[in-house]
Amino acid sequence: MASISLRNVVKRYGHGPKANQVIHCVNADIADGEFIVIVGPSGCGKSTLLRMVAGLEEITAGEIAIGSRVVNQLEPAQRDIAMVFQNYALYPHMSVFDNMAYGLKIAKVPKDEIRARVDKAAGILELGHLLERKPRELSGGQRQRVAMGRAIVRQPQVFLFDEPLSNLDAKLRAQTRIEIQKLHRELGITSLFVTHDQVEAMTLAQRMIVMNAGNMEQFGPPEEVYQKPASTFVASFIGSPPMNLLRQAPGGRPGALLGIRPEHLDVVPAGTDGWDVQVDTTELLGAERLIYASLGGEPLIVRIEAGASPPEPGQTLRVAPRPGHVHWFDDATGKRL
Amino acid sequence: MHDGRRAVPGAMAMIDRSPWLTALSHAVMILGVLIVAFPIYLAFVASTHQPDAIVQAPMPLLPGDNFVHTYETALFGESKQGFNTSVARMMWVSFVTAMVISIGKIAISLLSAFAIVYFRFPFKMLCFWAIFVTLMLPVEVRILPTYKVVADLGMLNSYAGLTLPLIASATATFLFRQFFLTVPDELVEAARVDGAGPMRFFKDVLVPLSRTSIAALFVIQFIYGWNQYLWPLLMTTSEEMYPVVIGIKRMLAGGEAANDWNIIMATAILAMLPPALVVVLMQKWFVKGLVDTEK
Repeated sequence: MASISLRNVVKRYGHGPKANQVIHCVNADIADGEFIVIVGPSGCGKSTLLRMVAGLEEITAGEIAIGSRVVNQLEPAQRDIAMVFQNYALYPHMSVFDNMAYGLKIAKVPKDEIRARVDKAAGILELGHLLERKPRELSGGQRQRVAMGRAIVRQPQVFLFDEPLSNLDAKLRAQTRIEIQKLHRELGITSLFVTHDQVEAMTLAQRMIVMNAGNMEQFGPPEEVYQKPASTFVASFIGSPPMNLLRQAPGGRPGALLGIRPEHLDVVPAGTDGWDVQVDTTELLGAERLIYASLGGEPLIVRIEAGASPPEPGQTLRVAPRPGHVHWFDDATGKRL
Repeated sequence: MHDGRRAVPGAMAMIDRSPWLTALSHAVMILGVLIVAFPIYLAFVASTHQPDAIVQAPMPLLPGDNFVHTYETALFGESKQGFNTSVARMMWVSFVTAMVISIGKIAISLLSAFAIVYFRFPFKMLCFWAIFVTLMLPVEVRILPTYKVVADLGMLNSYAGLTLPLIASATATFLFRQFFLTVPDELVEAARVDGAGPMRFFKDVLVPLSRTSIAALFVIQFIYGWNQYLWPLLMTTSEEMYPVVIGIKRMLAGGEAANDWNIIMATAILAMLPPALVVVLMQKWFVKGLVDTEK
């Protein structure tokens, strides 16, 4: 097991003026045994960052260290990592056993030990009865588990996950999420997990890195990212529906954006302190209801209990922001004030 | 046929399956089989008669009683009209040639496609196009310079001379290149993470994945090698090194002399057997290689 540290990591494709910089100076220190989720929209550089840690992409500038070892120049196999790929990347012509054992065979681990390690991993992942099957005879969820098994048997310092759940259906994804969590608790191996799904990020992460356009926007525990978003990007990316960002809120400051989450707006009786909003439409989500409204021409979403009587479209509603839940952002830079 | 029906159920369901149509399609099919099979049958019949029985009109249409003797003479008889080598020897030459050509072609094409797809080296595209351009230069076009080279290297009348000029293959290289391009990058990366070096990856992952293409290619190239005519005709002068296809030609004395038609036909039938056998034995793999992509 090991810590990971990224120091001024930069990734550029091409040379000279035409170079395309996709990662801008990322700094992060990840403690031994931590579960870190890197989250961001597609094209934000999160997979590139992970692949640089894995050694599948060259590092243009900066330094990546695993444990006390700078790994910039090391091949993936020498970095003591294991990776789970999005499409699992199982060898189609090998049995499940051979898939899991392949890395160990190359590392010249003795046969009995390979057998023991694979059996143990298969036991943890409930793959014992599938060891002789070929990947094409397995379901998506089983293939995913084989891919994890291949990572586990290597007993690496670091696990790297590249969107491993995106090819599973919703139910299986939730289930596997819990399994990954359990696995991490049992093995305690430092993990980096890339996803574009904020639910995965929130549920799995001990700390999360929010990426946007090659920049690290925020690095912190999920609660902190949710409660104190560092920028308007984080505020609108994490949380569903996203945080309301208002330029001309009553009582607003010039040059600043007011941020308030839909669940922190309460419908209050007319005449009390608050804002008058025009209701456009409503949406029932089961346990709750979303009210799409506008405040002085700016869109606003309010979340209320499903049991409360829904307002009619066109109606004027009085809502009040819950004190202590109002965020301020710089309008020009988007940074938190 | 049933494979085709399974693949496009809609297309087959659209066809009206009246009994007349069924009968007609069978009639056409049987006719086709007869047209193809009759000459072969005739060759077989001819090979079981005495030579004088064959040249009489009408030619017999039922097998005669000379089968064992004809084939014995053809296969092992040293002295035939205009020719002094046994067919067994010629078939051995043909077999070795075809095997060396097909295995050599596959081995070289696999390696060159591997280099072109997975490595960055200077003039890579130039190399690829240089290989590709040779598609436009089959043996027939470059036959004189090739002959000169082989003769200067002293490879006339040798297996090396028979096979080497035919081994390099742009078609096979191109085929493997296309196949390698469809292998997902993640698989390469997984192998890298597992610590497999390039040759290990080639041996453990790429070659096993290409085995259906290899089988298909083997069938095609074996028949190509077996049926070589022009090149061996040019560069073999010793009867010891005649492939069987040339042998048949040499048995035809031409002019006024009488030919041993029974022996010639027996040789033709024998010459047909190995390619047919290869196709039959490898058919399953061959079809799989053409239609199936296992990824």
